[in-house]
This record gives sequence, C-alpha cells and structure tokens, in this order.
Amino acid sequence: MKNLRFIILLFFLLALVIAIDLPENVPLKINYGPIKVTTHINPLSIHFSLGKIAINKDFKTHLGLDLKGGSHLVFEADMADIKKADRNDALESARDIIDRRVNFFGVSEPSVQTLKSENNYRIIVDLPGNEDISQAIALIGQTARLEFTEELPPDTKFATGTPDFMKVTKKTGLTGKHIKRSTIQYDDTGKPAVGLEFNTEGTKLFAALTQRSVGHKIGIFIDGYPITSPPVVETPILDGQGIITGQFTIDEAKKLSVAINSGALPVSINLIEQRNIGPTLGAEHIRKSMIAGIIGLLGVVAFMVLYYGRLGIIAVCALIIYGLINFALFRTIPVTLTLPGIAGFILSIGMAVDSNILIFERIKEERRKGNDLKSAINVGFGRAIHAIKDANFTTLLVAFVLFNPLNWSFFPQFGLIRGFALTLGIGVLTSLFTGVFITRRLIDMFYRGK
Amino acid sequence: MINFLKYTKLYAFISILVISVGMTSLFMYGPKLSIDFTGGAILDYSFNKPVSEGEVVNILVKNSLSIVDESRQSPTRILIRTKLISDEKEALVRKDLEKKLGVKIKLLRFETVGPTLGVEVMRKTLAASFVAIIGILLYLTFAFKRMNYGVAAVVAMFHDFLVVVGCYSIISHFFGAEMDTLFVTALLTTLSFSVHDTIVVFDKIREHEKYSSLPLTIMANKAFTETVVRSVNNSLTIILMLVPLMIFGGSSIRFFAVALLIGTITGMYSSPFVATPFLVFLESRRKVK
Repeated sequence: MKNLRFIILLFFLLALVIAIDLPENVPLKINYGPIKVTTHINPLSIHFSLGKIAINKDFKTHLGLDLKGGSHLVFEADMADIKKADRNDALESARDIIDRRVNFFGVSEPSVQTLKSENNYRIIVDLPGNEDISQAIALIGQTARLEFTEELPPDTKFATGTPDFMKVTKKTGLTGKHIKRSTIQYDDTGKPAVGLEFNTEGTKLFAALTQRSVGHKIGIFIDGYPITSPPVVETPILDGQGIITGQFTIDEAKKLSVAINSGALPVSINLIEQRNIGPTLGAEHIRKSMIAGIIGLLGVVAFMVLYYGRLGIIAVCALIIYGLINFALFRTIPVTLTLPGIAGFILSIGMAVDSNILIFERIKEERRKGNDLKSAINVGFGRAIHAIKDANFTTLLVAFVLFNPLNWSFFPQFGLIRGFALTLGIGVLTSLFTGVFITRRLIDMFYRGK
Repeated sequence: MINFLKYTKLYAFISILVISVGMTSLFMYGPKLSIDFTGGAILDYSFNKPVSEGEVVNILVKNSLSIVDESRQSPTRILIRTKLISDEKEALVRKDLEKKLGVKIKLLRFETVGPTLGVEVMRKTLAASFVAIIGILLYLTFAFKRMNYGVAAVVAMFHDFLVVVGCYSIISHFFGAEMDTLFVTALLTTLSFSVHDTIVVFDKIREHEKYSSLPLTIMANKAFTETVVRSVNNSLTIILMLVPLMIFGGSSIRFFAVALLIGTITGMYSSPFVATPFLVFLESRRKVK
C-alpha cells in the first residue's frame, strides 16, 4: 500500500520533471497509417492567469556567455565628483541609460546589472551572442545628441504656420555632454517638472544663453527632435540649475528626465574587465563537456553495476532520477549554466554516487554481522544517512561561502565561481533528497539480498 | 582486519616527499597567477592556416604589445597573454597580423582585467577561503566535541592544501597551468572533500569507542578496514567523472579538472594515512600525561 503510493508519487514527479527536461525545438514527425503528427518537441511552458496573478514560465536552459559566446563587460563608475548620497542614484540612472542603449543591439536577453563592491560602483553588461566588441563598447559609452538651441535672428522669414520649434534652430554649442544629470522636480504650483544640472562648462554656457535670451524662446532637442514646445526664458540662470516646466504628467516628466540623462551618463565610466568568447569556442565548450559528461557517467554506471550488481542497478536508477531532477531544477530556478557550473554538476554526481556507496557498504556490513535483510537495511541506512549528512555539510558550507548569497562585498561576487557553487550546492541538496526518499524506497522494493 | 597503522613512518615519508617537492617547485618557480589576479589581457586566435608562433610574436612585439606568455594550442591556434590593452588596439593588431601573414583570424576569446580589479579579486578570494576554512574548523569542533579529532582532521586538510598547491605548481611550470579563480574553487572543494572523507573514518572510530574499550590503535585499524572500500569506491567514481573532463574538457576546464583530481586523490589518501595516525598519536600523548 505504502509502495503503491510511492510509485504513484514518483510517477507524477518523473512526469513533471521529464516534461520540464524535454529538449528544445526538436521536430517530431509521426507518419503511421492514419495517424499523422507533425510537431515540435519543447519543454513544458506554463501560461495561465488566475484572477490577477498571471503565471508565465518557460522552462529553458540558460547558458552562460562562456558556452553561448558573447561579451561580458564590467564598467567602473568614476564617483569622485559625486556626493556620497547621490552615488546610488547616479549608478542606477547610468544603468537605465546603458540598458536602453544595449536594447538597440538586438542581441537576445542582454543583461545590465549594477554591483556595489566596497567603495566601487560598477555596471556589468552581458551581451550574449555579441561579436563586435569595439562597436558594443563604443555604443555603451557614447553620448546621445542632446542640443540646446536659440531663436534664429529676428529677420529670418518663416512660412505662416511654421511651428515654434522650427524657429529656434540656431545652435548654441550647449549639448548633452554639458549635463551632469536630470531629475524629476515639482514647480511652484506642485506640477511635475524636469530639473537639469549642468557641469562647470555647461553652467557657463547656459548662463550666457539665458542671459541673451531673456524674453525669447530656447529649443531643446534630442537627436533632432524637440522634446517640449520651446520654453520662454524668464530670468537668466547662472547657477547651472535649470528646470523645464510644462503640462507634464509624472510619467512624462520621468521619461523626459531619463531621455535627458541618456544624453549624458551621470557618471563617467571606464571599462575595467571584458571577457569575449566567440560563438565557435562556446559551441566547442558545450560539445566537449557533453562528451566528458557522457563518458564519465558511462564509466560510473559500468563500475556501479559491475561492483554492486543488483544494488548497482538500483543506484543507477536513483542516479538517473537524480540527474533529471537536478536538470529540472536548473531550468526552473533558473540557473545560468557556465563551464564551472557544469563542472560543479559533474562533481555533485560523483558525490551523489558516494551517498549510494556509503548506504550499500553499510547495509552489506550489517548483513555480515548476521542481521536479517530488513533490519540490515534499516540499521545500515540510518547510520549511512547520518554520515552522509555530516559529510555533506562541509560541502554545503563551502558552496555557501563561494556563492555569497547575501552579496557581501568582501567576498567574491564573480559569476564563474558563483555558477560552480550554485550547481554544487543544488546537487548536494538534491542528492540528500534522492538518497533519503528515493534510493531507500527503491532498495525496499527491489533488493532481496543477493 | 588490516593493520595499516604499522606503516605510519612510510606514510609520513610519502607525504613529506610529495609536499617538499611541491613546495620546492613553488618557491623556485613562483606561483603562476592568471590575469584574474594580476590584471592583463588574453588573446585567443584561431588562424585559417598554420602559422609560426615566432612570426606572430614578432608582429605583436612590433605593435608594441608587451607579451607575458604565449602558447600554441594547435598549429592553427595561439593563445597570447599580454599586459592590459584596449579592444581597439586588439582589433588593430589583429588586422596587422592578417595583412602581414596573409591569413584570416577568428577571435575565439579576448579577455582583459584591470590591475586594480585583479588585486581586489585576489583579496576577496583569500577572504572567502579564510572564512570557508574557519567554518570547516568550527563545524569539526562541533561535530566531534573532542579537540583531538578536530585537530587531526585539520592537519589532514592542511596536508591536502599543501599537496594540491605544490603539485599544481609543478604542473604550472611544465604545462602552463595558471592559478586562477577556478583553481581556488578547486582548492576549496578539495578541502571540503578532504574533511568529508575524514569525517566518515572518524565517525566509525567514534562508533567503536561507544561500544568497546579496546585500544584506539585497534579501533582505528578496524575503522580503516571497514571504510577503505567505500573510500576507494567513492573516490573512484569522482575520478571516473573527472578524467574525461580532463581529457576532453578543453583548455579552460582541463587544469580545473586536474586540480580537482589531485585534490580527490590526496583527500582520499589523507583520511586514513594522515588524519588517523595523527589522531592516534595525539590520543596516546593524552593518555601518557
């Protein structure tokens, strides 16, 4: 009865896990008499909404840059000129700007993250599949063309109905590179407005511009497009703090502020690390580690079956279940698989086998002492689990320190080591689970002594 | 029962020999740190036809690149390590190479690490290793509640640390392996594996102590006899997984697998042959007092 429940549970678990583990985009054609099926095999994907909660989950393998090829760029922001209190904001807004720029590259799943490490502020950009490094770095560091203009000379002739912004196209030399940053502010009446803060040179230019333009309009353009109807200068602004008012909603003000910021990164950034892997090398890495993994697994399977006989076959079954669950977890969490990550996985397979060996040796030992099969399994299993838990604890501890889950800045925060620690940690936890719940039941059900 | 403790002197000799050879190599040749720690650049070029390493190096030097190290992976693939350069410079150099050698070059890998970042990575890696080791120590004291067990396990762990660092230094010198963040990862994994293995043996000794009052030497021999099969089988499966990784794994993962392999073997060796004799030694001193 108990076994039946276990078999049903295991069946459902396996069905779910296998659905998650299915390969991606494999064409399937069945042509058998009246049955004709043409479809693509894909891993499970869940899309449904329950009231307000919408669940969209695709179970796909996420490959790291070392396997897929691409660029990993680390920029460090130069915060020397920025007040301590503003540094986080500056970093975040630089991140947003870079994020917008990176989206122009058309690479799939780019990622832009900030990383604060001690007193260093960094931005990490991952561009999977990117091949043109120089162009990518130039695009990220570039400045979008923000321009301030003033009214054309009064004797210029305009056709009737010419919009205002066409009349203010005289260049002033004041551009986005003169802006330190832009924020959302509120004007005297409490309406959202966009604040501008110029740098030293910008302050001078802006002061001169506003002094000569009192009572006149000035234009603000991004890449040749006006961002607002030209405002009229009321008083000269000498302190480098401008404010653009208008009929903005909060959202519009925010967008405008971001747009202006993207004209100028709030901080200057320097490239301090780059890792570029060509797609051929990535593909080679995948192929090689697949071969290594398969050969290694076959070796282990052969060894277990030859040495432990029927117990070995049970262990191999447990091991296959273990591998399937582990891979499903990688896709569910999702874990980005890197080369060290695969190594961690392979190592954890070795450790999972170890759990089985410990259990078998203990059971054999109890049998030698003359216990009957049932109590040998009971006692041997209990003792083995004790040792397994003790022994795996140190591995988990090391994985924990290397993974650095709380992102302590005095520990490593690098992707590769983290990938290794994560797959190793998940592997050890899964092996405890399969050891306790699955191997045990399989032994109970199928092992009859010799 | 196997009386393995009879040959304690032999084990000590083997351990001291391996460690001293490794340490000599480390001090003679110095640690070969990767750009992860020192900063610098790595260029991995694949050529469409075989090229001579010397010619490539010549052209690079003429482009005022300061080369730290270069190695030929195959007739058509060369790996070059230089001081820090920019991506524009790399593109220029590559064009120059293509022009002068009349070849097409595929850029397989280009990595640069700034020097300050390297120092930071080094410091953080050391901090993490330190905390991991302290954690293992605390855990051992907690798990065994008896100082001598913990001390013996730590001595074995330290032994494994020296063996891996020393052997890797020899491999560094003769095969060009570098000490990078992956090596540190392998080292920490080795330490946890070493303790893992020692715990299994000590767990057995502790169990025997509960039920009998035989001398520790006999119980240690008994524990060894009972765990040796498990220990060897366990290491064997890990070795079975690592060896293919070493052979087929490709350049960046190969030496990682080698480091783990050395660690697995010394981790297996040290539990019965270092930790246990040392424990017996410590306990015998305690009894004499």
